[in-house]
Amino acid sequence: MSAANPIGLAETLLRDLSLARLKRTVRLGIKSLWLHRLRSLLTVLGIVFGVCSVIAMLAIGEGASFEAQEQIKNLGSQNIILRSTKPPEEQKISDKGSQSYVLQYGITYTDVKSIRATIPGVTIVLPARIIRDYVWHISRRVDCDVVGTVPWYPELRNHRVADGRFFTDTDMDGKAGVCVLGAEMVPALFPLESPLGKHVRVGGEYYQVIGVMERSGQAAKTDDATDTAAKGASQRMFIPLETAKVRFGEVLMRRRSGSFEAERVQLHEVTVKVASLEQVMSVADAIKQLLEHNHKKKDFEVVVPLELLKRAERTKQIFNIVLGSIAAISLLVGGIGIMNIMLASVTERTREIGIRRALGARRHDIVLQFLVETVLLSGAGGIIGVFLGVAIPFVVTWTAGMKTIITLWSPLLAFTISALVGVIFGIYPALRAAQMDPVEALRHE
Amino acid sequence: MSSRIVQFDNVRKHYQMGLVVVEALRGVTFGIEAGEYISIMGPSGCGKSTLLNLLGCLDRPTSGRYLLGDEDVSQMPDDALSSVRGARLGFVFQSYNLIQQLTVVENIEIPLYYQGRPEAESRETARKLAARVGLEDRLEHKPFELSGGQQQRVAIARALVNDPLVILADEPTGNLDSGSGVEILALFDQLNAQGKTLILVTHDTSVAQHARRAIHLCDGEIESDVRR
Repeated sequence: MSAANPIGLAETLLRDLSLARLKRTVRLGIKSLWLHRLRSLLTVLGIVFGVCSVIAMLAIGEGASFEAQEQIKNLGSQNIILRSTKPPEEQKISDKGSQSYVLQYGITYTDVKSIRATIPGVTIVLPARIIRDYVWHISRRVDCDVVGTVPWYPELRNHRVADGRFFTDTDMDGKAGVCVLGAEMVPALFPLESPLGKHVRVGGEYYQVIGVMERSGQAAKTDDATDTAAKGASQRMFIPLETAKVRFGEVLMRRRSGSFEAERVQLHEVTVKVASLEQVMSVADAIKQLLEHNHKKKDFEVVVPLELLKRAERTKQIFNIVLGSIAAISLLVGGIGIMNIMLASVTERTREIGIRRALGARRHDIVLQFLVETVLLSGAGGIIGVFLGVAIPFVVTWTAGMKTIITLWSPLLAFTISALVGVIFGIYPALRAAQMDPVEALRHE
Repeated sequence: MSSRIVQFDNVRKHYQMGLVVVEALRGVTFGIEAGEYISIMGPSGCGKSTLLNLLGCLDRPTSGRYLLGDEDVSQMPDDALSSVRGARLGFVFQSYNLIQQLTVVENIEIPLYYQGRPEAESRETARKLAARVGLEDRLEHKPFELSGGQQQRVAIARALVNDPLVILADEPTGNLDSGSGVEILALFDQLNAQGKTLILVTHDTSVAQHARRAIHLCDGEIESDVRR
């Protein structure tokens, strides 16, 4: 009775297995499953949905996190971005609209100087003034951020000029009235002609367009407050910092219904480039301390893209763990469904098992037959699931416009797991079938 | 043609039914020569089925010796018994016992499949046997498309496919109308005339009359063993 225990069975099964035999068993299995088409189909649905949801969710998640990471990378992982923010207490006053003095806050030219002078590891400091205003061309207008900055802005922020050129040191020194437009502004302002050489008006001042920035992917569409810097430069118009100083002055007036507010901000945004990636975190801490020391109010924020990137990666990890659990549960449910049906099938086919045993089938032949059927079921479910799972992301991209990425390993993994589920959940019913006494099985009605 | 192919020596079979031990066979001794045609008869509960299960190597005796051919199969392990069934025995059952999802020819070749014979060769053998029982035009039919008599003929072809030492038939005409029953019995006579050894278990005397030797069982013992 050596063959009665599962390990002995597995041994004889493997010793006896040949490709031709396996092929015939597979064909036989397909026949038996085909006899109960609807039942087989319903049985595999659990696996189908499990596999399909794993692949689809992975693709959508991968797409989303890829986008987030791209946005953060656009900020430059070696950069630290400082922004001026209106301090909370001042915010309250200005919300009432009743203040009658000029608000003064934000990062100053002195801050920039001291950062550059005192903190080691800082290579380039990029100051920017950002003024929100309408940009006009004849009768067309666009609401945008007018950014007064320095000539090395494009290289530092990974944002290239698509057409024309960025302004130079000469423009800067000469306080020239030139500007570079963000890609999204062009169709709105110049629907028919090339903007190069034309003039646009902001307030009472005219600027000549000397270049157009490259479109920076879908990054421009995010409205997330923390990601305003990630907007890229599509809705921004760039002018030399010196020009901005002269033309807009230090005090910005903003009129609202019935009241107006004025605020004095020297620099709205400062980008600090750090020499090496390892130094980013320590430099960021140093800058925070320096600014906290120099500012009485909390009127600045420090954004570290590297930190955001790490956080995004962590989020992705958590997402993957959650996804893995969902996948495991759904495949478990699918596997239990298959096992349930196989157990019913074994009982229903007791007589067939008896006949086969009488005609010379050994226990491991019966094990093989039922195991092959289970693996066929789960494997077929896996294949259908892979096809659906690959199709769904395309539909999502097409209908919702979301980016999706199907990694090569996700269908492979999902399919392998589904086949494994077949083996694991097929073993018990197959053993049950094999342990039947042939005499009893033949007598079974 | 008087070589001994089956030898039972004082074979006993006990079943444990709860607390009671039922003695289904109480020391049965007999031998069968090649080419014999034997009927086994007796009232229900006399041990007919037990004897048939033992003869068919579906079960092992509690004690005693069973020689099939030149092998002692009385205490063989399960896998070896399966191989013996597949290679040396043919079964014909009362309810045909064909596998429903397989065609006629596939049903016939099952014993060869489990012996690991090449597919093309077993297909050919199965075809020839189907023709021999008169079903050459039904090869690709499923069992439920055939009449009872035809199904039983498929079963007989299946019992012949491995060229067995003995064919065991358990009430082969029990589920058939008299016309088909006569046909099947005629087929058995023909097979025996060609030298096949047949053991027929039945309680129908008219069926048993086809056999040339009649063994009567009663209470697990052989009551009479008559050759005609």
